[in-house]
Amino acid sequence: MKKAILYLNQFFGQIGGEDKADFEPTLEDKPVGSAGIFNGIAKNVKIEQTLICGDNFMASHTDEAIAQCLKLLEGRKFDIFIAGPAFNAGRYGNACGQICKAVQEKFKVPAITSMNEENPGVEMFKREIYIFQGGNRATAIKQDMAAMAAFADKIASGAPLLPAAMEGYFPRGIRHEVFLEDLGMEPVMACDRAVEMLLLKLKGDGYLTELPIPKQDLVPIAPAVQDIRKIKIALVTSGGIVPKDNPDRIESASATKWGKYSIAGLDKLTAPEFKTIHAGYDPEQADKNPNVVEPLDAIRALQKEGRLGEVDDYFYTTVGTGTTQGEAARMGREIAAELKDRGVEAVILTAT
Amino acid sequence: MAKEIERSGLPITIMCNLTNIAKTVGSNRIVPTFSVPYPLGNPQASPEEEWAMRKHRVEVAVDALQTPITEQTVFAVKK
Repeated sequence: MKKAILYLNQFFGQIGGEDKADFEPTLEDKPVGSAGIFNGIAKNVKIEQTLICGDNFMASHTDEAIAQCLKLLEGRKFDIFIAGPAFNAGRYGNACGQICKAVQEKFKVPAITSMNEENPGVEMFKREIYIFQGGNRATAIKQDMAAMAAFADKIASGAPLLPAAMEGYFPRGIRHEVFLEDLGMEPVMACDRAVEMLLLKLKGDGYLTELPIPKQDLVPIAPAVQDIRKIKIALVTSGGIVPKDNPDRIESASATKWGKYSIAGLDKLTAPEFKTIHAGYDPEQADKNPNVVEPLDAIRALQKEGRLGEVDDYFYTTVGTGTTQGEAARMGREIAAELKDRGVEAVILTAT
Repeated sequence: MAKEIERSGLPITIMCNLTNIAKTVGSNRIVPTFSVPYPLGNPQASPEEEWAMRKHRVEVAVDALQTPITEQTVFAVKK
């Protein structure tokens, strides 16, 4: 029987919610939480220990958090490392990716995690570790954990592994020569496959290339502003700062709406007139002083010192947690159109 | 969101804690913040220190908008 160690964040590690997100790493000598699902499925590998760390601690003190985790794992015998599943949780995905990569490098064991395709962690880490295609929220925990367990079991048994798409993890950009019969498929000559593909392409039907080229969607860098004192800037945030009654009812998670609210004549954002409705972080500090998320006070100070020119009379806000990339892109386009209408020429966006 | 705003031609500085994520999703001008729940706050510091930190990082963000860059750039901030 092979041994596995599971990594969980403070929430799934049963330590607490956002108020415990600064929790420093600890190693429990037992399976915690979803380890039970894993151990119920895998026959050749068992989770015996659980490493737990708060998402904010991992995000804000990454080097320290990784060093502490690696120290806790030192001298432990394990063959496979599992993290998550992280669903579409950005910080958790980042944490699972960071720790998997570090553990794999140091202890030379395969590391497996699971994330939704929208999780930025996929793009960051898919080349280095096994990331299974998971659900977008925690209700998918059972099937996501089961997929990791089945794969870990396969590795533990020594059975041959299939290509990424067939196993269910994101392609790592590694190419192997394979024979179709080894994948349990009917052998077809390359020239026949090429002609078949060409016919599909001519017909306009979807065809699948055998050599996908990964692409990253970068935006051209907008030219720098010549003199910031002579133009109008605007403040945007995905930190969920809104007037206290949240007049547009922006959602606290998976937002589909954004709002613009007047800051004309204000020296800073005061509490309780402004607060956060963001459900993805502990709101205590932001509710006490919204400027820690949307720094209007510092912007006004720079204006008074003559270092900044005009600031738009509105700030633009939404909630960036569980928000799909598609929705975020649409809201970004809508906000951009509004900013251009109002003569804004540069933007400062704060994210949480 | 930042990417779509920049795509429209407006220079944008994104201030965030997870600068690697910002880079991965394609932001170009990035300024690190202090933490996730209070990007520009620090309850452990004195009010003066907290204010100095916030103002400094916002200044860096403003300067970033005036800095010509040729690749994705994370601008340095004082501790």
